[in-house]
Amino acid sequence: MEQLKNGVLVYIEQRGGQVEKVSLELLGKGRELATRLNSTLLAVVIGYKINACALEAVYHGADRVYVVDEPLLADFMSKPYTKALMLVTQAVTPEIVLIGATSIGRDIAPRLSVCLHTGLTADCTSLEIDETTQGLLMTRPAFGGNLMATITCPNHRPQMSSVRPGVMLKPTRDVSLKGEVVKFPVKFTPEDKDVEILVTMKETAKKVKIEDAKVLVSGGRGMGSVDNMPLLYTLAGELHGEVSGTRAVIESGWLDKDLQVGQTGKTVRPDLYLACGISGAIQHVSGMEESGLIIAVNLNPTAPIFEVADLGIVGDVTKILPLVNKELLALKTNS
Amino acid sequence: MKIVVCIKQVPDTTEVRIDPKTGTLVREGVPSIINPDDLGGLEAALRLKDSLGAEVAVLSMGPPQADVALREALAMGADRAILLSDRAFSGADTWATSYTLAAALTKIGYDLIIAGRQAIDGDTAQVGPQIAEHLHIPAVTYVKDIEKVFDALVVKRMFEDGYQKIKVKTPCLLTVLKEINQPRYMRVSGIFDAYKEKTVELWTVKDIDVDLNLIGLKGSPTRVNKSFTKGAKTAGKVFTVTPQESAHLIVEKLKEKFLIG
Amino acid sequence: MEIGLSKEHTLLKKMLRDFANNEVKPIAAEVDENERFPSETVAKMAQAGLMGIPFPKKYGGEGGDYLGYVLAVEMISTACATTGVILSAHTSLCCGPIYDFGTEEQKLQFLVPLAKGEKLGAFALTEPNAGTDAGSGEMTARLQGDSYLLNGSKIFITNAGYADIYIIFAMTDKTLGTRGGMSAFIVEAKTPGFTVGPKEKKMGIRGSSTCELVFENALVPAKNMLGQIGDGFKIAMKTLDGGRIGVAAQALGIAQGALDETVSYVKQRKQFGKPIAAFQNTQFKIAEMAMKVEAARLLTYKAVNNKMNGVPYSVDAAMAKLFASETAMSVTTEAVQLHGGYGYTRSYPVERMMRDAKITEIYEGTSEVQHMVIAAGVLK
Repeated sequence: MEQLKNGVLVYIEQRGGQVEKVSLELLGKGRELATRLNSTLLAVVIGYKINACALEAVYHGADRVYVVDEPLLADFMSKPYTKALMLVTQAVTPEIVLIGATSIGRDIAPRLSVCLHTGLTADCTSLEIDETTQGLLMTRPAFGGNLMATITCPNHRPQMSSVRPGVMLKPTRDVSLKGEVVKFPVKFTPEDKDVEILVTMKETAKKVKIEDAKVLVSGGRGMGSVDNMPLLYTLAGELHGEVSGTRAVIESGWLDKDLQVGQTGKTVRPDLYLACGISGAIQHVSGMEESGLIIAVNLNPTAPIFEVADLGIVGDVTKILPLVNKELLALKTNS
Repeated sequence: MKIVVCIKQVPDTTEVRIDPKTGTLVREGVPSIINPDDLGGLEAALRLKDSLGAEVAVLSMGPPQADVALREALAMGADRAILLSDRAFSGADTWATSYTLAAALTKIGYDLIIAGRQAIDGDTAQVGPQIAEHLHIPAVTYVKDIEKVFDALVVKRMFEDGYQKIKVKTPCLLTVLKEINQPRYMRVSGIFDAYKEKTVELWTVKDIDVDLNLIGLKGSPTRVNKSFTKGAKTAGKVFTVTPQESAHLIVEKLKEKFLIG
Repeated sequence: MEIGLSKEHTLLKKMLRDFANNEVKPIAAEVDENERFPSETVAKMAQAGLMGIPFPKKYGGEGGDYLGYVLAVEMISTACATTGVILSAHTSLCCGPIYDFGTEEQKLQFLVPLAKGEKLGAFALTEPNAGTDAGSGEMTARLQGDSYLLNGSKIFITNAGYADIYIIFAMTDKTLGTRGGMSAFIVEAKTPGFTVGPKEKKMGIRGSSTCELVFENALVPAKNMLGQIGDGFKIAMKTLDGGRIGVAAQALGIAQGALDETVSYVKQRKQFGKPIAAFQNTQFKIAEMAMKVEAARLLTYKAVNNKMNGVPYSVDAAMAKLFASETAMSVTTEAVQLHGGYGYTRSYPVERMMRDAKITEIYEGTSEVQHMVIAAGVLK
């Protein structure tokens, strides 16, 4: 397939004038793909009064950023945003379109794929260029993550892919980077406003039940005392997770009963279970062994928890947790 | 009001296992269920039936065994059930699936189409919005609440950090989250009636108006190149190192598994 | 689809499994610990149509069949034997005789609210001096105008204090004994002169309310007599035939629940470097347990099948009840053994299941009575 002039188009999602981190991560991957295709990295940002967002795209590597800046687009609305994205894509004719798999991305991307009559692959965890065909190889999980599939879009263009936040690496912000910012006016008709937004509310995340949490930082007797419980809460906050505990900890009154994991507590299956000072007796393990990733820290090298852990650390959890917190904070400030 | 609910019969993926010896997916003995988000959609439709006297039809595209899922919907109180089943539809990706369903929906006729946000086997969340686009009707996704207000619907559209209250007129399509409600149990009489009194209509490709090049594997822009499991889970390594190194190992593991950015 | 079950029953079983897992199982341990009657579950069962499964819609029922009802008792008992017996006593022992022997008026007045689950039913035959020897009951019913005066007491009555309607057996003519001396009555809870004693503290099915009933010149309308005068013993025996299948289903459920828990446990519990399921000793025990449970199931379903087809089923029902209850006892005992020390604690459900199983060998005709019924059927 011959090289098209425009390689990769990344949708820069903005909310309230702030660029979503996932879009910047996609610029990183987009650059890599564009380079492999010997082509350009483009971006499109949609909204109202969003010039600063366009500049962010440039500072993260976009060669050219298309800006659709219209009053109707001040708040996210499915049809107008889809229309804007469609018109830009049709004008630019990229090989590849990358969209962050957020609650907005997963709304407009499917609609766009029908407008453009092309294929869309959702929640990709890896994107590669096929050596022979120069086509995009999109790998994604299915069956609740039990199966991985590699998808191609051989006969339709653009090849569309959505990617979850935190999967790709965000490039470093560099204000010395130069790129074009191009205004792309779109005329909207009354039919484009097919819904009416009555209320927009921002909500802080409500407390999640441990059975529904994606991340659990769980404490056992090895935590030492109730005074060490804040260590669990701090780390849980950093990881956007919840705190849970073993029966011993609940019976000692260090944590509430509804946070108990195990035979007489709850069965949980988070993506990450951090077992802090937990020995791993069978009635606890039966409540959490289906967790995606189990990391265990315990002073006792023969603790049964290490038989189910994906990563085991022998050590003093009260010393290690604060250091984990520190490292996570350092990562955040560096990016 | 005429409501059509799109449902999918899926394997209960919480029961799907990786064979520890071969690293392959074990699908036998895994029970089939109505996709949880779709079940929420069906319950939402039934509540509108209870309060407004709406008529509720259920539509599913699938193999013949999806009949059970449709019986379940009838047992819960749906008035009509249609199974779109034909070899011609097989191998369809989301584009071809949504195109096919849109054709069936056009034939059935609707004021409101409700679909689940995503299926737990495919996990794409694409078919709902794609159907709306094929039908050129308004779509609101991630819906957690539906209210009828005079001649329109007011729905709660969820975002990661908040929500919008949106007013939309019918005809339109909504995709809902399973958290929207607690679905009712099938009533015993409903179960017996679903087999004795009610029927599941079986529609094939001849029953809908479609371009044969746009359905099934042929009509699918995307192709599956290969599929593989992540391999059997084995016990991990245990390290005895300094607290500083321990913390570092943990953070690296979290990064490796994409749990932190 | 399960072998032997029709599509309806397969779908019903799915619904029951969900109901048991979501509504019954989570509170089973607490219901047992606190000896608490699970009223909220009874309300949910009514909403789902579980309280009148085999009865026609015109009598407030679900228009299902007897197998559907037996499946309900089985699946619910898998999670909680207490909830299972509440359902079986209500359906087999109270709704059952009204359906089989009641007048149209009685069915409309009493069966409809019972089958809808708006009211709860109970059955009272046993007395302090009349257990297995049910015919020697001393409770009396004396005609007075257009009412009967009931005097006496009943013990070990399931659902007592929560039931709205009781089937009470009393002697209308002591001289005639079991052949015409006993009559059956439909007695409402608020009848003056009728009181319910305190709850028995029991070994198992601790959430089930089991009490004494005391009748002191309790006035019951004559039109509440069930069947003809003197039919009481016949009605009681016929009702217990059906009730036996209900208990068999309950015992089957208990055994299945214990087996499921044990299978899960032996795969997880590691000793000597491997799961105990890897040891042949464990495997052979599990094999025995599974086989007995399956045999109990088939005996139970055969009795159901004969009842549904109008074929005499007393002996089948007795066999099912005898075998299923003994199976429940042996399987739950083995379950505790296989769980080891943990199985003896209340952290695991098997010790409750073992305590629950015992009563199935005793009520609704002890194992000894079942032997008598089977022998009489075979040797006649």
